[in-house]
Amino acid sequence: MSEIISKLEMKKITKKFPGVLACNNIDIYLKSGEILALLGENGAGKTTLMNVLFGLYQPEHGKIFINDKQVIINSPSTAFKYGIGMVHQHFMLVPNLTVVENVALGLIGKRIFKLDLNKVRKRIEEVSKEYGLSVNPNAYIWQLSVGEQQRVELIKVLCLGANLLILDEPTAALTPQETDELIVLLKQMAEKGRSIIFISHKLNEVKAVSNRVCVLRNGSLVYEGKTQKHSVATLAEKMAGREIYMPTLKEKSQANSPILEIKNVFAKGNMGTMALDGLSLTVSKGEIVGIAGVSGNGQKELADVINGISHIERGKILLNSKNIANLAPQQIINKGIGYIPEDRMHEGTIPSFSVKENIIMKDYNKKPLSKKMFLQNSIIEKYSQKLISNFDIKCPDNKTMCASLSGGNVQKVILARELSRKPKMLIAAYPIRGLDLGAAEYVHEQLLEARSENVGILLISEELDELLDICDRIAVIYEGKILEILDRDIATKTKLGLLMAGIKNEKKAI
Amino acid sequence: MILDFIIGIISAGIPLAAPLLLAGLGEMFNQRAGVFNLGVEGIMLMGAFVGFLVVLTVGSPILGLLAAIAVGALMGLLMAVVTVKFKAQQGISGIGLFMLGWGLSGTLFRVYIGGITSITGIKPFSFPLLGKIPIIGEIFFQNNILVYIAFLLVPISWYVLNKTAWGLKVRAVGTNPQAADTLGIKVERIRFQCIILGSMMAGLAGAYLSIAQTHIFADNITAGRGFIAVALVYFGRWKPAGIMWGTLLFSLAHALQRSIQVYGINFPYEIAVIIPYLLVIVVLALSYKSQLLGPVALGKPFIRGSRE
Repeated sequence: MSEIISKLEMKKITKKFPGVLACNNIDIYLKSGEILALLGENGAGKTTLMNVLFGLYQPEHGKIFINDKQVIINSPSTAFKYGIGMVHQHFMLVPNLTVVENVALGLIGKRIFKLDLNKVRKRIEEVSKEYGLSVNPNAYIWQLSVGEQQRVELIKVLCLGANLLILDEPTAALTPQETDELIVLLKQMAEKGRSIIFISHKLNEVKAVSNRVCVLRNGSLVYEGKTQKHSVATLAEKMAGREIYMPTLKEKSQANSPILEIKNVFAKGNMGTMALDGLSLTVSKGEIVGIAGVSGNGQKELADVINGISHIERGKILLNSKNIANLAPQQIINKGIGYIPEDRMHEGTIPSFSVKENIIMKDYNKKPLSKKMFLQNSIIEKYSQKLISNFDIKCPDNKTMCASLSGGNVQKVILARELSRKPKMLIAAYPIRGLDLGAAEYVHEQLLEARSENVGILLISEELDELLDICDRIAVIYEGKILEILDRDIATKTKLGLLMAGIKNEKKAI
Repeated sequence: MILDFIIGIISAGIPLAAPLLLAGLGEMFNQRAGVFNLGVEGIMLMGAFVGFLVVLTVGSPILGLLAAIAVGALMGLLMAVVTVKFKAQQGISGIGLFMLGWGLSGTLFRVYIGGITSITGIKPFSFPLLGKIPIIGEIFFQNNILVYIAFLLVPISWYVLNKTAWGLKVRAVGTNPQAADTLGIKVERIRFQCIILGSMMAGLAGAYLSIAQTHIFADNITAGRGFIAVALVYFGRWKPAGIMWGTLLFSLAHALQRSIQVYGINFPYEIAVIIPYLLVIVVLALSYKSQLLGPVALGKPFIRGSRE
């Protein structure tokens, strides 16, 4: 194992990308046993800074010191040599290899022939015993849940002898219980003298886990100090550079006439198994119904079948009491369903098309935007300009490619398109995933406004805060069924978390 | 009569499988590392020509085979530089490599040789005793040395891929190169190695056709076998044994259509000739399609720090 890192310093780190100053003269330091939270909105430079530390990027300026000695880290293997390990946001695991093989990859180095998997297996067992990280070393990665894969990532970096761990948004795909377990684990590691850098924009977690916090904004370090001095609200303010009020639902929903009724729907997923297994759910006009659940429990398939992207085997989907199941997507669009898809870059927009073209994507063939098959350019021009200003889309002009916009602005393009069509029902899948607080605030305001205009909204999310903020009712999806529906006044994170894990025996207590 | 017919097909089919197997196993290493080499056909043509030329001028089949392997390595190096170093689109680069090998081998053939000339090359030999066993001897123990080498490479490739450190790196690089990179594995180096290894095997496969099978060289002697080898890698789900069964299926069908012609069975030969190719298409269309265990990063150039 490499030398203990009792002190790490990054001094005056500057990293440029074409047209962007990702890190501007940043200084951070870290001592052994410390958990440092690196906070910032998207594009603030957190991940770039950490990729510099991990040797994936070379900075234009700046030096790194370990225990007061300058080091040059020009590749991930050098980083490992110094005892720096990183758990990436998108797990760096090879799905068609086993756990042992994934760990072995990091240990074989330049070797060509000898592959002693038994030795690696022993090492994994030691590490998992020391930290209580249980995992089956012979399982293939693709067989494991997201939480288990994260455990494998941690075991991997620990087996490779990391004394300093960088965790890039480690809780993004975890259930609340898994997140709590991770926080306990990280504290344990810190107690044993390891140091941890925790990147996140979930402020509750930052509060719970870290000793110190560094806030980045637009590539510069804007704040550094002890975590305990701050509340979640003041941290949010430091991050965004202004005060943020996440909108929440005030008045109770009055509406009780159903707009969307899903009755006992069965549908197959990608793997050919029943991804929706007799799912029933009703959404009323002027109501936001949340779908909570660990990803992979049928959320994607639910959104797909409502929008006609994939077919159902059995059951009914009624919009205004008329069956829309298995209609073509175009027909469903025309009946008044709006859709904010999960993958805004590939499903929600065509990245290489302009903002203008993406805005008219669903109405290009209707009057007044087109007449006798010809696009009416002057009308389209005015229409797109109006939506760009109404929805505050920040782009150089309406001919800008969507691919060059930030995630928040792409989401605004989608919102503009979907909401200005005056839908009766809106399906929103993970609408604030990956967005920074300012953009998330905006999306929620828009959803609440649509609700007040009597639109029924189905909100699929894995962020419980989001659901608790703006939903009238929260349904928990588990293995393709709705396990339980909770009204907002009785829903809590703990209850939802248990339900998301498939545990329903608290039912009586609820 | 029926028995003779069947034995005839099997004993003719096995040596026909050898070049497909050599090229297919080579392509498997390519694809396992995430590189899709459509240029196999062109490399085989160059291997066939250069091997033939060396045997014709020097007279040594061993030197001919080595020359073919060397030419394969050179063409592999070219492919690797273009697709790995300069990150060009792999499909188009492969087609380019095929055109290069096809055009160059044909041109050089016309310049230096011109007409049909035959060489002694490598001849089948009969194992003492074993070769005399009825039926079994005829099928298994009367082939040329390269056939045995090709089939021996099946377990060897499996072992290298699954049981050695290098094989583990290859599998990782073809599925999640970003992950391999973060663990300090040199993605580009592994891809270079695999492309060159695969191309050497393609060169050898080409030389098999001219030196061991037909003992001549003719323009386009490979007749699409390089492309069939690529298809058989998919058919075999990137596994050596699977590829072996695929090559046997194809070459037995090939031997069958030949026998139909030789025995003068009343069957239109135009249709008989397309049977093996048709069979590959049908089997590919019907085969199980899950990317789950295949090299997911196939065809994608690796750029460090890029986000998917």
